[in-house]
Order: sequence, then structure tokens, then C-alpha cells
Amino acid sequence: MITKRIIPCLDVRNGRTVKGICFDELRDAGDPVELGLHYAQQGADELVFLDITATQQQRATQHALVQRVAQHLDIPFTVGGGIRSVQDVAELLRAGADKVSVNSAALYRPDLIDELAREFGSQCVVVAIDAAVHNGQWCVYAAGGMQKTPRELYEWSREVQERGAGEILFTSIAHDGTKSGFAVEALARLAREVHLPVIASGGGGAPQHFLDVFATGQADAALAASVFHFQEISIPALKQFLHTHSIPVRYEREL
Amino acid sequence: MTVAIVDYGAGNVQSLCFALQRLGVEPVVSHDEETLRTADRVIFPGVGQAVSALQQLRACGLDVLLPQLRQPVLGICLGLQLLCRSTEEGGATACLGVFPLDVVRFPAGEKVPHTGWNEVSFADNKLFAGMRRAEYLYFVHSYRALQGEHTVATAQYAGQFSAALQRDNFFAVQFHPEKSSAVGAHILRNFLELSR
Repeated sequence: MITKRIIPCLDVRNGRTVKGICFDELRDAGDPVELGLHYAQQGADELVFLDITATQQQRATQHALVQRVAQHLDIPFTVGGGIRSVQDVAELLRAGADKVSVNSAALYRPDLIDELAREFGSQCVVVAIDAAVHNGQWCVYAAGGMQKTPRELYEWSREVQERGAGEILFTSIAHDGTKSGFAVEALARLAREVHLPVIASGGGGAPQHFLDVFATGQADAALAASVFHFQEISIPALKQFLHTHSIPVRYEREL
Repeated sequence: MTVAIVDYGAGNVQSLCFALQRLGVEPVVSHDEETLRTADRVIFPGVGQAVSALQQLRACGLDVLLPQLRQPVLGICLGLQLLCRSTEEGGATACLGVFPLDVVRFPAGEKVPHTGWNEVSFADNKLFAGMRRAEYLYFVHSYRALQGEHTVATAQYAGQFSAALQRDNFFAVQFHPEKSSAVGAHILRNFLELSR
């Protein structure tokens, strides 16, 4: 049986983790390498890095960091932020990323998805979609939620599937940071509209929210940042909670 | 010990290199016939599209060499599929034929790619020595080999399929041991420690 995935997300800027993070057991909680390993040991199913300020000048820093993380990380590793071309992805994969997440660049030039799927395979192409309800319709936003586009969530999701995306990472802008639960109804509809795995993001604040996003929202994975960083939810306790509510999850077991 | 990773341009071998380095092995990434023929272990990875991968194999002459190798060989993901008889991907495409199995797409209506950690049940096999009979391993694929006489591990997703195969010196896994935490590392270590 396939299990539901729990995915911590690290926001990284200039090689350091941003958003305040407090882990007593870590020497340097701002070091993405140490934090990534910590989550892997806790039983995280994947790790996502978003380089929120990735620009061409910062590429070298980003690659060096991706490589340091990948050398030590034995779970799947997705990197996003500022990816615009096949060349960008080739460099990240060479540094050790397993998948990449593309967002605005795919909206500006949708052919990028086809090119990446053809060159590297769908399995490494995650299309991130940020959306918010506007006049009763789920509108897709670019540029980190700053720029409204003419795209509609479900129509764009079907298009990225057709173009060869391997997963959709859906963030509800209105839920993000609220810790009041995921956009469960939109996710449930998304699960009916596409046959790609969907990663839910935005709003996870309590174990019940994760249960809802899997049981009702039909998500395949749930991504969160600060609730893990601030230890408001520990991954082992979250998995135990989900397990007792009959959600299939992976347990780290000693060999 | 020399461990060679088959380099034929089909995808990302860096994760695999890092996983082997964590086990204390520095692999050689190569498509040179002599290097592959003389290595103690050969790992045949692959992601992406089967037809273009086969074209690249043929361009390096490796479609002939690989089935003739005598040392332990480990196919991973697309590597497993290419070691089978044929794949549905890109129409009926002939593959290397080590395993007499045909690779088929997951049925319509299922979420594809099959992505994530799936429970795998192991038969009694050297590759799984010292392990429990079932563990979670990380998969990402859209095509699969059904069960056959060489199946040594199975997983359930829209029915049962081969998670691992073995025939003589050829081993193959559909999951990614290099991305499957301590369990995956254990399987890689078992492969490295096989007696020849």
C-alpha cells in the first residue's frame, strides 16, 4: 500500500534557512544541511527546499548548498526557486537534487514543462501552483503570490498534467501561514480533476488538519514549514496520530 | 572493489553516487565497455523515457554488453524495466530481455506516476538478507513489470507488481534504494557484499 507523505519545506536565502527556527538539539538550526538531516531522521518522507531569492548571481551558492544537502540526505529531495530553463535543472540535478519545482516560469512559458519532462522525465518535474479565490473562482498567481494571472486552478492543473508534470504542489494563498487547516474542498476537487499526485500546502497547523487533508482532501502528500520548524508538531507524533486514524504512513523502523 | 554505474545519459546518477559514497564506495560512472566488463559490480540506473534511453544504450553499444555481464548487476527503476523483454512505453518496444517479462503501464484511472513510499514484501533473497519481510521503499514510475518466475519482491498499487527481480547475476529493483532511507542503504550494502 502506498503511504501518505509528510514533507517539511525549508525556505532558504543565501545558503541559510530563513523563518525563525528553534531546535534545541541542533547546533546551528539556520544550517539547511543539519536541519534537513534532522527531518530525515525524524521520518520526513521527502524534503523540499525553496530558494526564495534565487537569482542568476546566487546560482553558485544554491548549487553548493544543494550538493552539501544531497550528499547526506537519503530521502527524496526537491529544489525550487528561480528555475527558468533546462540548463537550470540540469545543474540542480548534477548537484544532487532528485526533483525540481517550477512555478512562475511555467506560467510565463508553459512549454518549459514539456521541455523538462522530455529532457529529464516527468518524475522529476513538480509544478507548484499558488491560487486564491477571486470572484468565486480559483485564480492562479505568479511571482510568489504577488501577480494574478488569467489562469484558473483546475484548468491549469489539467494543462500541466498534459504537458508532462509528475506532481502538483498546490498552495492556497489564503490558507498559507494561517495554521487553520488546508484548502480541503479545493484539494478534493483537484484530486478528481487530475490523475497526478497532489502535494497540499498552506494552512497545516494541527494534526487534525493533516488528517483532514488526507481523508477528505484526498491529497497524496502534505507540506508544511513553520509548524515543524517551531516544533509545534513533531513528525513522529503526527505520523502516530495519522496511523491511529487509519491513514497509511511510513514509520522509520530499525533494521 | 570497483563499482561501475552505467552512464548512458538517462537521468540523474548523482543521488546514487552519494548513496554509494555514504557506504564508503567511490563509484566509477562510465559507458566504457572495458570499464563495465571488468568492474566488480555494475549498477544500471535510469529515469525518464524508455525509448530514448534504449536509443542511447544502443548508441554506446551497451544493449549488447549489458545482458552478457557476468558480475552482479543491479538495475534500478527504468534499469529494471529495460532489463525486461519489452515495454509498452512508446508502443511495444523490445528491451534487453534478461527477464522474460513485459512492462506495462498502470491502468487508467490510477494516479500516475506511482509516487511515494510503498510497502514492499520480500521473498527470501540475498538482496534482502538481514531484513524484515516487508519494508517501505520510495517509488516513482508510470510503468511496471507484473509478477513472473524471477520476482523476488512485490508491491501493491492497482494490483500486485514486481518490486524486485533476480535471475542469476542480474538483480533489479523498481524502487529507488538510494532514496529509501536506512532500508534502501541496507539493500545497496547487501548488493555490494554479494559473493560473486
